[in-house]
Amino acid sequence: MLHVKDVAITFNEGTPDEKKALQGINLELHKGEFVTVIGSNGAGKSTLMNVISGNLVPDIGEVIISEKDVTMLPEFKRSAYIGRVFQDPMAGTAPSMTIEENLAMAYSRIRKRKLKPGVTKQRKAEFKEHLRTLNLGLEDRLNAKVGLLSGGERQALSLLMATFTNPNILLLDEHTAALDPARAELITNLTKKVVDEHELTTLMVTHNMQQALDLGNRLIMMDKGQIILDINGEKKQNLTIEDLLKEFQRIRGEQFESDRAVLG
Amino acid sequence: MALALFGAVESGIIYAIMALGVYLTFRVLDFPDLTVDGSFVTGAGVAAISISNGVSPVIATLMAIVAGFIAGCITGLLHTKGKINALLSGILMMIALYSINLRIMDSPTVSLHNSPTIFSQLRDIWPAGIDSFFNGIFTALGSERAPATWVIVFFMIIVTLGIKFFTDYFLKTEVGLALRATGDNQKMIRSLSANTDNLIVLGVGISNAMVALSGALIAQIGGFADVSMGIGMIVIGLASVIIGEALFGKKTIAIATIAVIGGAIVYRMVVTLALRVDFLETGDMKMITAFIVMVALIAPRIIQARKDKKRRLQKRAALAGLKEGA
Repeated sequence: MLHVKDVAITFNEGTPDEKKALQGINLELHKGEFVTVIGSNGAGKSTLMNVISGNLVPDIGEVIISEKDVTMLPEFKRSAYIGRVFQDPMAGTAPSMTIEENLAMAYSRIRKRKLKPGVTKQRKAEFKEHLRTLNLGLEDRLNAKVGLLSGGERQALSLLMATFTNPNILLLDEHTAALDPARAELITNLTKKVVDEHELTTLMVTHNMQQALDLGNRLIMMDKGQIILDINGEKKQNLTIEDLLKEFQRIRGEQFESDRAVLG
Repeated sequence: MALALFGAVESGIIYAIMALGVYLTFRVLDFPDLTVDGSFVTGAGVAAISISNGVSPVIATLMAIVAGFIAGCITGLLHTKGKINALLSGILMMIALYSINLRIMDSPTVSLHNSPTIFSQLRDIWPAGIDSFFNGIFTALGSERAPATWVIVFFMIIVTLGIKFFTDYFLKTEVGLALRATGDNQKMIRSLSANTDNLIVLGVGISNAMVALSGALIAQIGGFADVSMGIGMIVIGLASVIIGEALFGKKTIAIATIAVIGGAIVYRMVVTLALRVDFLETGDMKMITAFIVMVALIAPRIIQARKDKKRRLQKRAALAGLKEGA
């Protein structure tokens, strides 16, 4: 479904600020796979997201979505395949427009926009149906401006807007990080439900290790622009935070040792 | 006095089209577009020079609309493809248009004296009975002199409301929603597969098409086009938008657009009344305009702050009264 092939990108090349953000990333997601990505700040998680979404063009390598090479496709064209939820609850919705108008715009993500009314009676009914699944009572507030919603409600709406059109790929960029624990749990549960329901191929970045373990069927750990750990299946189900930390120390520790040997 | 106000309403409805264009860029697209000062004259100039060369007034007006649209699109392209700051793209286009307008008009002023205009043609088919009927009402209300014709007012109400309804409808279409989101949250609408660059170009284009139409009609009603008639037009447009929103609200798009039209008319009336004050002269008009905008921007805030203060004081007083009672 998604294939990131030998992707590398370097920022500020040739200057003292040079940063190898991604170094030969290879990642293949099969249909219905739900991958959680963890790693410390600067590990390259966000850069990877941006390369997939089209915000950044990689120096080398390809991004392939549903057998189609999209490496050079601008962001807005690529978004026809990709549903996205951002970290900032303000980022995923248009605050001065109503809930139904926001949903209508998401509805048009996979269709050509025409000079026809965006909100029709039929679509309204459909939107209501979808909003009901959120259990937040938003289905009765179709005409409310999204700017009036709380952060949690907005993020739930963003999640709905990203998913109800069945995107080929769903990208979640720390989408619960800006919420309080209760809202974060709500959104986490919603995420689980939607992804299961639509069998969405999902890539989720998170800083919360527990969340990375609870969600999804595959886990990736990144460090210094590389994928250093890739666990799936049963092994992932039985994984604990301690295992992860040990594993990280083992891999990076070894490298540290070998570095010292070389320099020594 | 009444006649002067009638004239203010008459031209106010025409300037309202320009104000709707300004609303589209400033409020909907969040794009402070200064092209307006130039494209207004472009519209007036294209219409005037075409009419004086024998083109039918309707065709000439349509040509003015197209010319304004093109001017706006170029501003949009400068901003989106040329990555030039929005304000600067507008200023660059405005200054370039000054020369372009001179080229179009071939002289600083084009007179439409004795040429047919949309309004003169309408007057020809307008039954005189209607004028005398409304003039009867007008004089009955206590005015000594009555307007020459009512056809302009009635025709312009239809045209301006037509454009208002077109705008309302357009902003609710799939394209229109994306256009509004471009002014609200670009990152979001890009992630929903909308080409924000194209939408900005389209929006600024439509806006300037409206401005040019307004200019073309003003030229025809005034009987001339002048290369400097657009100076300060953007401030007048802004004044109309701000006054309208302050007086009539902006809760929905339909309300906001009718408010902008109302704002344009109120602005003309205020200027007309202000110019009747003894110590003010015609040359003071720009200063009056700037002053009106300042008041319209500052006054609502002061009123709100006073209301809040009053509310707080009342609550505190009530609380103190409760304590005393206990």
